Formats: sequence, C-alpha cells, structure tokens
Amino acid sequence: MPNICEEYDVVVVGAGHAGCEAALAGARLGLDTIMFTVSVDSIALMPCNPNIGGSSKGHLVREIDALGGEMGKNIDKTFIQSKMLNSSKGPAVHSLRAQADKQAYTRSMRNVLENTEHLTIRQAEVSEIIVEEGIIKGVKTFSGAIYHAKAVVLCTGTYLRAKCIYGDVSNYTGPNGLQAANHLTESLKANGIEMFRFKTGTPARVDKRSIDFSKMEEQFGDETVVPFSFSTNPEDVQKEQVSCYLTYTNEETHKIIRENLDRSPLFSGAIEGTGPRYCPSIEDKVVKFADKTRHQVFVEPEGLYTNEMYLGGMSSSLPEDVQYAMYRTVKGLENVKIVRNAYAIEYDCINPMQLKSTLEFKTIKGLFSGGQFNGSSGYEEAAAQGIIAGINAAMYVLGREQVVLDRSQAYIGVLIDDLVTKENHEPYRMMTSRAEYRLLLRQDNADIRMRKIGYQVGLVSKDDYDKVCEKEKMIEQEIKRLNNITIGAVNEVQDFLVAHDSTPLKTGTTLAELIRRPELSYELLEEFDKDRQKLPDDVVEQVNIHIKYEGYITRQQKQVEQYKKLENKKIDESIDYNDVKSLRNEARQKLMSVRPSSIGQASRISGVTPADISVLLIYIEQFNHEKYVSTHNQDD
Amino acid sequence: MLEKETIAAISTGMASSGIGIVRISGKDTVNIISKIFVPEKNKDMRKVASHTVHYGNIIDDGHIVDEVLVIIMRAPHTYTREDVVEIDCHGGIFVVRKIFDIVLKNGARCAEPGEFTKWAFLNGRIDLSQAEAVADIINAKSSIALEQSVSQLKGKMRDIIIRQREKIIYHIAYIEAALDDPEHINVENYGEELIIDVDNILKDIEILLKTSENGRMIKEGIKTVILGKPNVGKSSLMNMLLGEDRAIVTDIAGTTRDTLEESLRLSELQLNIIDTAGIRKTEDVVEKIGVERSINMAKEADLVIYVVDASVPIDENDKEIIKIISDKKCIVLLNKTDLECIVNTEDIKNIIDTEPLEISVKNNTGMDLFEKRVREMFYEGRISFDEEIYVTNLRHKEALKEACESLMLVKESIMSGLPEDFYSIDLMNAYEVLGKIIGEAVEDDLVNEIFSKFCMGK
Repeated sequence: MPNICEEYDVVVVGAGHAGCEAALAGARLGLDTIMFTVSVDSIALMPCNPNIGGSSKGHLVREIDALGGEMGKNIDKTFIQSKMLNSSKGPAVHSLRAQADKQAYTRSMRNVLENTEHLTIRQAEVSEIIVEEGIIKGVKTFSGAIYHAKAVVLCTGTYLRAKCIYGDVSNYTGPNGLQAANHLTESLKANGIEMFRFKTGTPARVDKRSIDFSKMEEQFGDETVVPFSFSTNPEDVQKEQVSCYLTYTNEETHKIIRENLDRSPLFSGAIEGTGPRYCPSIEDKVVKFADKTRHQVFVEPEGLYTNEMYLGGMSSSLPEDVQYAMYRTVKGLENVKIVRNAYAIEYDCINPMQLKSTLEFKTIKGLFSGGQFNGSSGYEEAAAQGIIAGINAAMYVLGREQVVLDRSQAYIGVLIDDLVTKENHEPYRMMTSRAEYRLLLRQDNADIRMRKIGYQVGLVSKDDYDKVCEKEKMIEQEIKRLNNITIGAVNEVQDFLVAHDSTPLKTGTTLAELIRRPELSYELLEEFDKDRQKLPDDVVEQVNIHIKYEGYITRQQKQVEQYKKLENKKIDESIDYNDVKSLRNEARQKLMSVRPSSIGQASRISGVTPADISVLLIYIEQFNHEKYVSTHNQDD
Repeated sequence: MLEKETIAAISTGMASSGIGIVRISGKDTVNIISKIFVPEKNKDMRKVASHTVHYGNIIDDGHIVDEVLVIIMRAPHTYTREDVVEIDCHGGIFVVRKIFDIVLKNGARCAEPGEFTKWAFLNGRIDLSQAEAVADIINAKSSIALEQSVSQLKGKMRDIIIRQREKIIYHIAYIEAALDDPEHINVENYGEELIIDVDNILKDIEILLKTSENGRMIKEGIKTVILGKPNVGKSSLMNMLLGEDRAIVTDIAGTTRDTLEESLRLSELQLNIIDTAGIRKTEDVVEKIGVERSINMAKEADLVIYVVDASVPIDENDKEIIKIISDKKCIVLLNKTDLECIVNTEDIKNIIDTEPLEISVKNNTGMDLFEKRVREMFYEGRISFDEEIYVTNLRHKEALKEACESLMLVKESIMSGLPEDFYSIDLMNAYEVLGKIIGEAVEDDLVNEIFSKFCMGK
C-alpha cells in the first residue's frame, strides 16, 4: 500500500479555537495527538469579530483558563484594548472583553501548539471517519492517508460544505476564502449522524484611512487592565491601548436596505441555513425592529499590523453595490473603502442532542466533538467545548473517569447541558441569563471553581492548585474574623458613617455587617479594623463579595442542593422507555431521543412534565431493583 | 419532582365532617409539629415515643387555634417510611384549613397529587408489583388536578395572570438583554421605572389573593358566626336554621359556653354556621373563655349574624359587640319581636349602619327575609359570580403568595440599592410560580423574549 498509515492516541480534526484547546489538552496529558487543518496558516483564526470575551463569554474564557486551557493566556499576550463590561453591576455579571490583534493571536497560539510535546500538526482535509462496530478507529484524509487513533475529536467549525454568500454571489469556501471541507459530511451521515445546516454572517472590513473618526465617538479601554488568565501577572498587561469608535446607522441607511431587500439572499431564499437571533444582520435588524431609527456601529481595529477595521453591528449578505451604498450613509463612513465584503456563511453542523454531556457521541464510542460543529457560535463557546472534548477524549484513551461539568459548577456546564438537552435551531450563544446559578458562577471565582478539576485531570500544576487552596483558606479565615469583630456605636464610628452617607448605628454591630452595606466596603472600613493583615487584592475582592451578597449566595446554594439531588439520580443507559407504561407519548419520544443521563437532565427536556418525571422515578426504582435482584441471583 | 422536602396535605375531604386530619411527612415533620403544637404537660415532641397519641393545642402567633390529637410516627415504620405526623382536629373546614396553613407557614410544602403514595413507593414501603398502579395514580391525579385547575382558570383570572407574567418577563428580558449586550442597551437607574410596575403587579396579585377568600366561600361555605349578648336566642336561631336541636337551649343566660359549628345549605350557598357564647362582661372563668372565643370567631368570620333581643334595652355589651364587628359584613336580626318591643329598627340604625331584620325565632317569622338578605349580600353585593375571578385552589393561593413575596424582594433589592442584575433573580421566581398556576413551564421564554423585543448584537 503506497498510502500513509500512522497511529495516534488522539486525532483532532480542525485547528480553530475548539481544535486548539482539544489538541493541547490531549498532548499535554501525554497522549500522541495529531491535529488536522485545511491550512496551517489558519490556526486559531478569528474570521469574524476581533474580540475575545464579552458578557458571559468572558466567564467561559476564565473557566477554560482555570481548567488549564490556553485561550486566556493567549489573549493576555495579544490584546490591544481591554474592558471590564458591566462593572457598575453586580459581580456575577462583570465580564472581561478584549480587542485582539488578530494576527498576533493566531501566531502566538500557533507558536504554543508547535512547541507542545506530543503534538503533530498536519495540513490535510479529513474526509472520512473510520468506525468499526460502533467504535471509532481513526480518520482518512482526502488523499487516502489513514490515521488510526483511539479517540477522535471533530472540531470542523464552519468549514463543512461551507458556502459564503452575498447578493447573488456564492462561493463554496470557508471563512476568508479558505478551502471548505466538502467530504466529511457524507461520511458522518453514513455513520448515522444527523446533520443540521446553520448560517452566520460577518460585516465588511474597511480601510482605516477612508474613515473620518472625528465624526464618531472614541471608546477607550479600561485604565487598569484585568488579565483573563489567573496565571498572568497583572503588571504585564498594563500597556498602551488602541481605541474603538462608535457611530450609528440612520434613516437613509435603512431606506437603502429596505429598497434592496429583494436582492438579499436571506429574503430571496438562496440561504437555507438558520441564522442566530442574537447576532442579526443589519437587514434583519431593520426589518424586525422597523421602529428603531438608528442602530449602533462599532468600528474596531483588526490589529496593529493592518489598516483594516471591523464594522461591528453591520453584518450583511446584501450585494456588493448595496453594501457600499449603505455603509457610506453612516456618519464618518461617507468615503469608506471596503477591503473585504460582508458575507453570510452556511455550513453543516450536527444536532448536538446526539452527544453525551461528555461530548462523546452516544452511538460511536471514542468519537467526540466540539465547537461550531456542535451548533454553537463564538470563539469562546468553541474553545470551552474544545477543552472538554479534548480532556474527555484523553480520559477515554487513558481509561479514566470522564469530566462532566454541571450547571451549578460552570458556564461551560450550562453551555454543554443546553446543547445536548435542549432543541436548538440556531447557532447557540452563551448568555448570562442562561446560567440559573450565576451568582455562584462568577468570573472572579472561576479559579476556585475549576482549578481543582484541572489539577485532577492533569492540566493544572500542583503549584497553581496549591495557590488556589491557599486563597480559599485566606478568604474563609478573613470572613470569619470580620464576623467576630464588634463595632460599637461610638462617636468616631457614627461620624464615619454620616460622612459616608450611611445610617448611624443604634447598637453595636460587627464589621461584617457594616461591610454588607452597599455604600461601604472592606477597604473603606480599614480604620476600624486594627488587626487587619495586608491581603492580596483577589482575596479582598472575594471577601467583599461573599459578605455583601451573602443572602443571595446562600439562597442560590440552597437551589443548587435541590438541583443536585435530581442530577445525582442517574438513569441507566440500558433503559427502554417503551417499557415505561404510564409515560405520555410525547414525553416518551423526547426521552428516547435525548436519552438523558440523569433525572435532572430529563426534567429539563421540553415536553417532559413533572408527572412524567414521577413516573420515570418510579420505573427507575423498579428497574434498579430488578437489576439488583437478577445479579444477586446470579451470584447464588 | 424529587424535591424531598417535608410535605403536608389535608387527608379528609373538603366537605364538613366530624373530624379533620392534616398529615405531614418528611425530615422536618417533628420540628414543625413541635413549633405549632403545645401538648399537655408541655412534653417535648422531639422526644416522645413513636406511634403515640398526644392531646394538646395548635398554636399560631400565641393564639390557640384548636384542641387536637397529634399522632406521631417515626421513620421507618410509617406509610412513607419517613417521619409522619397526623393532626386530628375538629371537623370544621375552617379549622382544618387554618391548621394546614399554619403547617405550611412553618416549613412544609403542599403535597403534589399522589405524593404520599409516591414517597411510600420510592422509600420501598409499597411492593414493587404495585409500581405501575402507583404511576397510574400519580398521572391520573395530576391530570385531574390540572384539569380542575385549568377549567377553574378559564376567563378572567387566567388573563390577569398572563398579563402580569407578560409584564414581568418584559422587565427580566430588558435587564438581561442589557447585561448581555451592555453597549447596546442601557439599564442604568432601571429600578426607578421597575418599582412602579412591580407595585402595580403586586396590587393586581393582591386583589386576586383577596378573591381567594370569596373563592373559598363558594367552595367551602361562608363562615357565618352568630353573635350577641347572652340569651338573645342565638342557639334557638341556630337550631331553627338547621331544623334540629343541635344546640342546648335554656332560659339561663350563658348556657352556650363553647362554640358549635354546623353546615347549612341555603339554596346554592353553603353557610357554615357557628353558634357562640353570648358576649358580656363576666367573672365566671369558663364563661370568660367562651366569650373570648366568640370574639375571635367573629374576627375571622365572613359574615356575622348579630342577634339583638328586642325586648331588652341596648347596653354596654351591645356597644362592645358593635365595636368587634365594625369592619365585618353583618346582618342584624331583631329577635323576639313577638314580645313587647323596647328596641326598634330605628334604635339599631342609630348605633350600626345597617337595616335590621325583624324576626321571631319562636314564631318562625322573618326567616324568608333572612335568606333573601344573605343571597343579596353574596350575589348582588360585593361579589359577582359571572366574573369568574375566584382563587379557589389552595395551590394557586400558595403560588400567588409566593409571587408576592418574590416581588417584595425585588422591591427590597431596588430600595437597598443593589445592582440591576439582582432584580431579575426574584422577578424570575415570580414569573415561574405564576406560570405554575396556569400550567405553563418556563422553558425558553426568556431567551425568546429577549430576542423578540430587544435588538441585540453586533
């Protein structure tokens, strides 16, 4: 046989944000890992917006980092502007967002990958998966080369049968004109995998020299930058930042769009994929929110290396001439020159309900998947799934226990649970409102939540883990101490309170009680705390949060206890829902298609009622009992 | 669901019966009973032996609600294999309801249909061969309960709840959209706007909650208390209304020393009539207790029948009674009009703002007037049956109360200056519990609302 045939522990298909994290996880855990990409130059490419993070996405990056992932470190090295969003709101919704230098980001990630032991990078299009008797055996490339592997992770992003469209122009290419992967879909279908077709879009990139920034509002980064990674020294990220600019569409823009709607492939039916509602094209916004007289346009640099600017808020699939006409109605863009057109992109992805919470396919052992291939959207969502799919592929190969994060542990848990449990008809985006226990899942405590898991898996060093343990201890001790310091209603205290617009004391209280007041804080009350030791900033932050929001946090913890009870009721994989007589038909069908792993997951499936859950509980008791009896009898 | 909290239910039917039973099961059972039950000799209920019966009083806010027998049964030898307590109380619906409310207030939750049986099964009490039957029961009971609550909710009440939920989800969606996309949507100072709407929603829900009293009256009868000085003919009236000698009647003032409850159908209305001890200043210890009780009963009544003896002058005791019933729906009966009248209709109207009815229990006259007056008050008066906005279902009432509590927490968060993201937590809870009333799960409402109402994203 002239064809190449190699052996690996783990094959990762795709080198986007999911693929990078998956490959790094596998290789860092000591497994021989190979990562395929249609172009080595497109490793960790950011084909759409130039940001990492944002509301709830920033949480994901923090969690990835705490688990031992790379995204946070990489953006800390390559950002050109950084902001903490929602900083005037509660701590649960504070969220970091950075503007990336796109090329620096790509290069830096590539550098990390190329210098990771056990990791091979290979430019080739994977066209088939090799499955024998329900177990993955490897992949085959378009050229016929075979790579045997114990586990395979699919992270094909938007490349499967990708089609870029604007106006009546459509190209069968991936993002940025990169080669699409046109063959794998057939192989997946042949192996019984159900496919969806999704759509997303991106705005035009324009030449900075053709923009009149004086007509726009300049937007600066934060004065003090907070790094994404728990491993980054905050001092290293204090650097000069570049600005973004804000301008607006107007009635004239909208008029042009409305007049040319018939030329949009979205409205003419040339696009069959389902697009995301949270990231609508400008024509979608104009149609859906017809009463709005203007929409925001964020003009953001693509990097320090280029004059290209990204026109956030104006993605479109209108024809080239209409794009020009509408962009030029926007204040400051009157003479704009387009470098790259806006376009919509359609691609194949899977119905993620075919996956377990571990991101392994239910019907094919050893086959895992992550990222936009699973019907999500966004770099951060992709990376989050990538690291979990990579970890679990490695755990599978090593014969170790799989890692499942639940909804009370991490945004990653919410993301994956939503994907594998709920019917999803558009690219899934993380949102803070999807996390029901968000007061516990803050970006500031992602290390406390995730480091231990990362350490157990083997991606976090003993040193880093010990640091978190030490931090936790300090927080706990300090809170205890503050609860035991009594403050009398003496003059100096009363004067202090009055000076800070705070109600004077009627009787003595504790320092913790005073910290709880919205207008006061740990730092402010220093003068009444004689024995205070100097603590690290991140410890002080946690102490403040814990004391201030104790009531809410305790309430959520109670809810989590309830939730865990249902989560811990596991459903045996071999259960046949046809045997559960009293179930309603709708519930039976839903349960059969999702095959939930726990009663908790079952209860989140739409169309399954509490009564169905009761019925199921009873059946499971019976089932377990019979199983117990039959194995018991065999022993005799 | 699998929330293994302590559950409670009224085990006896809602119709008036001689005895009522409230049953509690779960981890907290013994704690709850020791909070609300004072046994004789002040025994510690946490320490008494299992499967024993105890006599004592149910207490609420320091007041005696009823004298009861409490049966305490500890796990595992109980129906559910958890700690179970049964409270055997007097059969009046109000008493059972009141005790049930107290149990809920102290930490139990209202049991789902068939839930005792479910736990009995899940804890291994019921044989496995019965599993399917149990499942069927639960499904059947849930569907009946759902059907009942849904049919109850056609029309206006359902509309009101849907409207409140729409308002609530709009606010949550606005806040959440702003948090998710802070550069597009501004939520600064949203509390000022929100608090106005929260107040409006609270007002509407509170109105619904008030109708729960009317709803209860339709379902369980109108709590009617006969009140008056001693020997004005209260017990005779009661006997006459019931058509039997239920109360002991003598010429001696103060014969009735305790309350007596009976149910009476007046056409389609059910009156639960409570005869009370006559009210007067007295030094007799036993009679004093009776008087106290009468006053308490009157305070909780839906309707007070104030009986005045036309042959005896109005005195201080009458003024005392009028004070007690000043804010009650009241019918004044001028009895003994067969005798020489010292008190007439005008005298009554001078001291209480209502037209008295002249009757004679002895001659059985004026009863038609009485019946007519009752019907007038409940049909043409403040309540109209066509509106269909009555909360008759206890579960609905509980849900409405919980929604109110959550909305109060929202107000509290706004007033104490917490950031906006905290508002949506309690708003969501209110939204969810209101959804339970109309049988709607939350699912993806919020995400859908966000995307349909607010223009997001870059």
